Amino acid sequence: MSDNLMRVQPIRNGTVIDHIKAGRGRKILDALELSDKGTTITLLMHVPSEKNSSKDVIKIEDRELSEAESQKLALLSPGSHVNIIRNFVVAEKNVAELPNSISDMAFCSNVNCISNNERGAKTNFTIANAESLNIQCVYCGRKIAEENIEFI
Amino acid sequence: MKHVVSISDLSKKQILSILKRAKELVPVAKGKKKSKSLDGKILATCFFEPSTRTRLSFETAMQRLGGTCIGFADPSATSHLKGETLVDGIKMVAGYADAVVLRHPQEGSARLASENSEVPLINGGDGAGQHPTQTLLDLFTINEEMKKLKGLNVGMLGDLRYGRTVHSLSHALANFDNKLSFISPDSLSMPSYVTDDLSCEWSSHNSIEEVLDDLDVLYVTRIQKERFPDLEEYKKVASAYIINLDLLKNAKSSMRILHPLPRVTEISTDIDDTKHAAYFRQAFNGVPVRMALLEQLIGGKK
Repeated sequence: MSDNLMRVQPIRNGTVIDHIKAGRGRKILDALELSDKGTTITLLMHVPSEKNSSKDVIKIEDRELSEAESQKLALLSPGSHVNIIRNFVVAEKNVAELPNSISDMAFCSNVNCISNNERGAKTNFTIANAESLNIQCVYCGRKIAEENIEFI
Repeated sequence: MKHVVSISDLSKKQILSILKRAKELVPVAKGKKKSKSLDGKILATCFFEPSTRTRLSFETAMQRLGGTCIGFADPSATSHLKGETLVDGIKMVAGYADAVVLRHPQEGSARLASENSEVPLINGGDGAGQHPTQTLLDLFTINEEMKKLKGLNVGMLGDLRYGRTVHSLSHALANFDNKLSFISPDSLSMPSYVTDDLSCEWSSHNSIEEVLDDLDVLYVTRIQKERFPDLEEYKKVASAYIINLDLLKNAKSSMRILHPLPRVTEISTDIDDTKHAAYFRQAFNGVPVRMALLEQLIGGKK
């Protein structure tokens, strides 16, 4: 773990998301609804970093990120490192990689899309543009830009 | 090729092969020759939204090839109203038939249905989405009328914003190296998500007079009243895009007019008897084109 993670007190158990794209941390807190869950959260923004010029870091105490949450993270900030901390030690370390497609993670913005009208239907999107994060509905073909993505 | 949901599911080679076979099937489509190539096969036509031409031409195509049809023209007589999902309905129908044609008011319904159908699923129009067999018959008609499919200047007139037929046709024509001229009021212009993906030369115009004399094909679509909040505005726009004999004086003599039908006032009936009018032949062409597609999907032999 880099020195930056010492900037605030180390956590005993939980998750440290490191190397988040600078400025993206707040969006991740919102999209993952981390702040609603009652655990202690630390958000560091614009931390100087060797890898990029700066980065954001999120520390979540007493909770490990679920698979679905890791996927959302991968979408919002590919390349982030997910460190699972158990008893002050990094027990697992994963790099969030941008998937080719996402299933049941976001709503289609087309109200007349079958995925919004069929009982039990899942939503499916392909990543139309990874650079600007543009996703495209597999069913109706609607393209949704990052700022308009509504997560489930 | 298993399902046909979007025209982009078909390669250029597959499209040309369907058009070639459709040409051979014209005498069968007209009832002058007999065929049994789909003898014993059953096509299910599931129309959750009314359509005359698409449904009747599919049923004609199937029967001309010796097959039979089951299905419904209106969801009011089905379990749909009892709350059955589309997926449940398709799984059931796929067990009864060799192929399914689906028309549904919601975008993406055909893709969802194809994921749940064991037999080939053909999209007969899904909301404002795709209608690939319309595009195939449009391409066939242009090829028949102009004796080629590339190097043409094709004008598209009317409601280019909501008209699904012009969106799919634009993509298909672009892949065959044609020039496209989009003619519409600003409020109904071709959306950028269509033009962004076009690989050919194209231009936008407000008036038909600007481009008419250069066109080889003019594809006219209906401007729908319900797209306008104000009836006066609709009348003004609709009257500015009417094709009549007087206007056609400036057109090339070989220029052909296509229209997916039904038409209202956008093409004056005095055009019907001129050599420019190709729209009734176009409507007929739905039969041989759908025959060729059905043969390829469920015909068994090459």
